[in-house]
Amino acid sequence: MAKKNQSKSLWDAKIVRRALLDSVMKLDPRTMMKNPVMFVVEVGSVVTTILLVKDALGHQAHLGFNLQITLWLWFTVLFANFAEAMAEGRGKAQADSLRRAKSETMAHRILASGKIEQVASTQLRSGDIVTVTAGEFIPADGEVIEGVASVDESAITGESAPVIRESGGDRSAVTGGTRVLSDCIKVKVTSNPGETFLDRMIALVEGAERQKTPNEIALNILLAGLTIIFLLAVVTLQPFAVYSQSPQTVFVLVSLLVCLIPTTIGGLLSAIGIAGMDRLVQHNVLAMSGRAVEAAGDVNTLLLDKTGTITLGNRQASRFVPAPGVPEQELADAAQLSSLADETPEGRSIVVLAKEKYNLRGRELSTHQTEFIPFTAQTRMSGVNLNGFQIRKGSVDAIERYVTENGHPFPPEVRAVVEEVSRAGSTPLVVAERSRGALGVIELKDIVKGGIRERFEHLRAMGIRTVMITGDNPLTAAAIAREAGVDDFLAQATPKDKMDLIRKEQGQGKLVAMTGDGTNDAPALAQADVGVAMNTGTQAAKEAGNMVDLDSNPTKLIEVVEIGKQLLMTRGALTTFSIANDVAKYFAILPAMFAATFPVLNALNIMHLKTPQSAVLSAVIFNALIIIALIPLALRGVRYRPVGAAILLRQNLLIYGVGGVIVPFLGIKAIDMLITSVGLA
Amino acid sequence: MTGNGWLQIAILFLLVLAVTKPLGLFMARVFNREKTFLDRILRPLERLIYRLTGVDEGREMRWTEYAVSMLLFSVVSMVVLYVIQRVQGYLPWNPQKLAGVPPALAFNTAASFSTNTNWQAYVPETTMSYFTQMAGLAYHNFFSAAAGIALAIAFIRGIARRQAETLGNFWVDMTRASLWVLLPFCLVGSLVLVSQGVVQNFRAYDTVQLVEPQQVPHLNADGTAAVGPDGKPVMDTIAQQTIAQGPVASQEIIKEFGTNGGGFFNANSAHPFENPTPFTNLIEIFCIFAISAGLVYTLGHMTGSLAHGWAVWAAMAFLFLAGVTVTYWSEARGNPLLAGVNQQASATHPGGNMEGKEVRFGVANSALFATATTDTSCGAVNAMHDSFTPLGGLVPLVNIMLGEVIFGGVGSGMYGMLVFVVLSVFIAGLMVGRTPEYLGKKIESYDVKMAMLSLLIFPLIILTLAAISVVSSSFGTSSIANAGPHGLSEILYAFTSAAGNNGSAFAGINANTNWYNIALGFNTLIGRFLVVIPVLAIAGNLARKKYVAPSLGTFPVTTPLFSALLVSVILIVGALTFFPVLSLGPILEHLLMHAGTTF
Repeated sequence: MAKKNQSKSLWDAKIVRRALLDSVMKLDPRTMMKNPVMFVVEVGSVVTTILLVKDALGHQAHLGFNLQITLWLWFTVLFANFAEAMAEGRGKAQADSLRRAKSETMAHRILASGKIEQVASTQLRSGDIVTVTAGEFIPADGEVIEGVASVDESAITGESAPVIRESGGDRSAVTGGTRVLSDCIKVKVTSNPGETFLDRMIALVEGAERQKTPNEIALNILLAGLTIIFLLAVVTLQPFAVYSQSPQTVFVLVSLLVCLIPTTIGGLLSAIGIAGMDRLVQHNVLAMSGRAVEAAGDVNTLLLDKTGTITLGNRQASRFVPAPGVPEQELADAAQLSSLADETPEGRSIVVLAKEKYNLRGRELSTHQTEFIPFTAQTRMSGVNLNGFQIRKGSVDAIERYVTENGHPFPPEVRAVVEEVSRAGSTPLVVAERSRGALGVIELKDIVKGGIRERFEHLRAMGIRTVMITGDNPLTAAAIAREAGVDDFLAQATPKDKMDLIRKEQGQGKLVAMTGDGTNDAPALAQADVGVAMNTGTQAAKEAGNMVDLDSNPTKLIEVVEIGKQLLMTRGALTTFSIANDVAKYFAILPAMFAATFPVLNALNIMHLKTPQSAVLSAVIFNALIIIALIPLALRGVRYRPVGAAILLRQNLLIYGVGGVIVPFLGIKAIDMLITSVGLA
Repeated sequence: MTGNGWLQIAILFLLVLAVTKPLGLFMARVFNREKTFLDRILRPLERLIYRLTGVDEGREMRWTEYAVSMLLFSVVSMVVLYVIQRVQGYLPWNPQKLAGVPPALAFNTAASFSTNTNWQAYVPETTMSYFTQMAGLAYHNFFSAAAGIALAIAFIRGIARRQAETLGNFWVDMTRASLWVLLPFCLVGSLVLVSQGVVQNFRAYDTVQLVEPQQVPHLNADGTAAVGPDGKPVMDTIAQQTIAQGPVASQEIIKEFGTNGGGFFNANSAHPFENPTPFTNLIEIFCIFAISAGLVYTLGHMTGSLAHGWAVWAAMAFLFLAGVTVTYWSEARGNPLLAGVNQQASATHPGGNMEGKEVRFGVANSALFATATTDTSCGAVNAMHDSFTPLGGLVPLVNIMLGEVIFGGVGSGMYGMLVFVVLSVFIAGLMVGRTPEYLGKKIESYDVKMAMLSLLIFPLIILTLAAISVVSSSFGTSSIANAGPHGLSEILYAFTSAAGNNGSAFAGINANTNWYNIALGFNTLIGRFLVVIPVLAIAGNLARKKYVAPSLGTFPVTTPLFSALLVSVILIVGALTFFPVLSLGPILEHLLMHAGTTF
């Protein structure tokens, strides 16, 4: 569903319609109170409205002007509400489609007696065991405890290709609301009704559980503080004006106040936060809290698993290097024979390489004359016994032992090749035949993903260090690290090593992000500041992390970081813009207030606004319209470019700081020209 | 403006630049309790003080205890000063037999001196005995300055320390600030001043015969000019002049070095016994800036980021130079209404607006002094700010309104600036896409809350009390000597000066009334202590935080861009608050003056 929404335009008619209605509903002062800046505007609007009614009954002068001011003050509040409603609207649309997946289904619960009873899915409790067969919906979140099945998870991930779910291992978690396409599985339910993954997802995209993030709270305090300062400045201005024999109307004072308090950021702040979460959902990542998204922006260190993230995941045979006196063809032949029964990707790649390079066809070997020796952790080699030949392939240590046990010397040339291959970041496999000794080396090459180097360069420019985690030996790891361009690596890593590394980094004051899917990743995922669990992973991993990637793409972490940064940047940029705007508003409103008594103050009217009324009105209109104008920026976010903080700061200060000073001068002047030409003021 | 004038400003600026590093480094060593060349003499004295007072110099304080100690010390000192003033008639060293000070004035003075404000609603030579001046006022000159330095050091420690609960020991910081920093310098400085003609004695006032007797209007008992039966004013002939004396030099040096500003005489640094020559004038301005400039280096040194210290220094220097340029330009331009009067600078004439300025200082040195004394919280004056051109007078007013962070008062300038730094880092820090960090410490909601609180207090007390005054004819506007925008400036300046703990007077206002004495007295207390408490809270909170390692993505606080950002935030946040009222005061007056109206 998330993918479908990506094509939805920012101004989708349905969302806009709902948002328009919501923006009126949000005028409820109980709701407004949560946003101190806009609440002040609302109070101001109410005050001017009451005065307007009083004036209208008493036939006061300037009724038209006061009416327009009052209307635009209300518009200011409504525009801010609209921005928030727009941001929420997209989430709501997603929640609707998720709810459809949540329709109640019947479940087949297996009782302790072994009997199967039919119950509604809502009656399932954590610990129940159900059986699901092809064509049925999985009734609740759980773990496969028996069987293997292909499951259509498109309701959650938007990905239409089915995925395999099987008992044991790291792909055992299933989600309620997804559909089994083939086979039959037994599922142990792990969630109670109302707490399922789907429920949480609906709540998240709807923003129902949205709590203000730490930075948002801090920013809110800043804005509230500024509001109080400007409130003071405006309230005390009246006595000073009285002293100067030019008292002001409440309409003008409220206008000045509303223009000065940071309504632009105040009005857009929550929209920015909601839109940030929404952008993550667009990328098919579910953040369990806004805090996690913010933390993503702060990350200093990324821990990335080599396999699947940095490299393509499977090593591929790339070269045969024969021992002295052994023809290359013979080595290739032996290597292929030994790998025929090897169903691992590495094994298959050896068969393919031999076929492509030496035109050796894979042979059908009848089983009675052939004995395949499977790989075991003890022997650390595999192979085949065929027509009296005994071919083995395996790690250099294992094969050396095998060769010397059978009375052959282990050629130093082979050892040299092994080291050379290791240094290059590849994995050497040595092939031997019992009677002939070592035949040569197969180089298994790790294929680094295309473009990954550039991404790491981007990360480095952002100030983020990447650390590759791998089970390889240090020599191999170093070579791959070099090729991929990571900053550091952790070789021969155990789950404990990973945990220690995270703790060490955090001890140095760094924030760490990592991805993981296995149950043994869970502690590290929980320890990391940002832990992204793969949706294909185990339930334990998903619960330990604070984000779930529905696409199960480990490189997604990089996008998550960028979204976190974008979120913070957008807030900062609009705050700066909002405060910088005040300069122009002063130059519009102050001369308008006092030029009637002191015509010399027109010297401050550097925009040459037509009349005092048009000046005040233009400033108020600009102040309201800028909120609408910036909604797209608030929803899309400020563009993030990985260029380092110093350059980013310079650029953004130029655009939003200097721009924030200049834009309102132009905008207010333009509005002034427009409204005076149509005779509104 | 003349080349000579600019040269004098440049010399002062270079002297301040030159003293920053050695003094800053020295202070860092003093407060880190490292070895200094003065230890041999001062260390035994320090130990003796701790033994007598029972201070455990090894014990560290949390921010709350630090704040309570500071408050306690100030309150007790303040009460002592109040009592001294009230009973000075019974105390020694009172050759002029001055009576006890009335309660409202005594409160105002006690509040003002214990907060490093030194607002003087009285005429010192006819109000305060030598004992009160030395034991009461000069005491506060030292210890309110020492307290300011201690607070700044506590804040710096808050930034520098990692996961620490404490900020140092207030009593130790106070003692070391007094013994190592203030005393030795004042000892040397006062001797230099004496060599230039500043007096230092306990004599009764001298009476001398005037070379040329003066005619002055005779005043009736009610203060009105007496009119004779012929309808002409009755004139008195004055043939004698009283010349006040006293222990001036010892108080003069700390007045500037501790940015106190309370003059021994009413004329303050315009008086020839306080500030006799252009050379003493240079020394005094230099002293006003010395500690505050040095503390910026101390910040850099103690936090391990000298570049950041210099970036802050650069922002301060920029604001100082901008201010002095505007004031000097405005004063040198003279008064456009004095048509036909030659206001050009020449060999025999200083040029420009010389009203209220000493001939021996001229325009440049008066502009420089006025800028320096309001950049910091000093408040000493060598010219009357009331007589400056409207724009020339606007600069001192704005300087104080910005929070006196342009080098600033000793200590108070540093922590005031750090509040702006915290805000700048927070506002702009988000723009680099990270939670804002300041020297490895995350700036979070608590820090922002406290920073806003300390920032809020300033406009609150200035604007509210000034607003009440301008619309109250019975007690507010009745005190001002001028109508219109100039009168507004006079009231505004008084409340700003008190809240900013500056103490300089715009003059033109009779502040020795119950309303002004009490309102301004409370302004000084709130302007110091209510600002300091949130500042210490930030320091305590920062100290507790974990250190965040810097990276390429970290917000840079060491670049010229940061200095520019800091200047913008100070100007925008500071000035936007006061721009409306300023536009009705000095700005309006300036425009009206050029249109031909004065007040």
